[in-house]
Amino acid sequence: MTRIGVVTFPGTLDDRDAARAVRLSGAEAVSLWHADEDLHGVDAVVLPGGFSYGDYLRAGAISRFAPVMTSIVEAAGKGMPVLGICNGFQVLTEAHLLPGSMVKNDHLHFVCREQQLEVENVDTPWTREYTRGEVITVPLKNQDGQYVADEHTLDELEGEGRVVFRYRGWNPNGSRRDIAGICNAAGNVVGLMPHPEHAVEPGFGPDGARGPRTGTDGMRFFTSVLHTLVG
Amino acid sequence: MGLVVVDVMPKPEILDPQGKAVAGALPRLGFAQFVSVRQGKRFELEVDGPVTPEVLEAAAEAARQVLSNPVIEDVVNVADAEAEGSSTAAGADA
Repeated sequence: MTRIGVVTFPGTLDDRDAARAVRLSGAEAVSLWHADEDLHGVDAVVLPGGFSYGDYLRAGAISRFAPVMTSIVEAAGKGMPVLGICNGFQVLTEAHLLPGSMVKNDHLHFVCREQQLEVENVDTPWTREYTRGEVITVPLKNQDGQYVADEHTLDELEGEGRVVFRYRGWNPNGSRRDIAGICNAAGNVVGLMPHPEHAVEPGFGPDGARGPRTGTDGMRFFTSVLHTLVG
Repeated sequence: MGLVVVDVMPKPEILDPQGKAVAGALPRLGFAQFVSVRQGKRFELEVDGPVTPEVLEAAAEAARQVLSNPVIEDVVNVADAEAEGSSTAAGADA
């Protein structure tokens, strides 16, 4: 069975939802502890959301030095699929697996809403079951969600097709060029601020075409990686 | 006991939402003369002994690697607190 690791740092909040999403997709969820550098033979890793180390210093800054991150950086370099959601995205930028950084939302408020995203890159192991240009709806909840990078980096991301998700409808945090998620040059490492793991099960997700809370647009992140790994 | 002070500021080209919020609050208290505010961070690193050039160098390296993120912040000061004559948490009198 395909094994997908879900990392827990002190202050991680969404590890259980991420593990549930992994199980619902048909893979085995493996809990990874921040202080343990052993990846326990997983085939992919999810860094979930939350406020690891209370966002002290900068969001994700202290988690980057956790023993598990040394192994994840090494495995990512060898092509292992890695997904960072929200705080996990912040950890990936602090670990230099993804360029840029996140600062406080431009309007200064914590924001929690159902957010539309356009999927622009469907060549990553986490997005291959979406169609290019498809607009999906998943929850978004953050305070430090404003993606920033210098113009050169932004041009490079755009030029190489590494903007994986862009906000549609409303830019909820002032992110440069409406960027919601990006990937590394190889495409195996993806990070985004919104939360696909909260939109995987009818009855518990955002409002969908079939009625209130029926949205499951986030599920294909997890089936995409599963089918990439077994394929 | 030596003390090194490290000051980190958001890069000029990064909009500083916290500074902007503070700038918005000041006129409400009658401080109308401040047209803009930027908010940074000050770290106080204590060492067991004097602040040597090696200690300052290590502090600068820590500032670069951990205390700041070069994408969004600049390290604007790494100094011996005593030589700088700055009041610190331990010895503030103002």
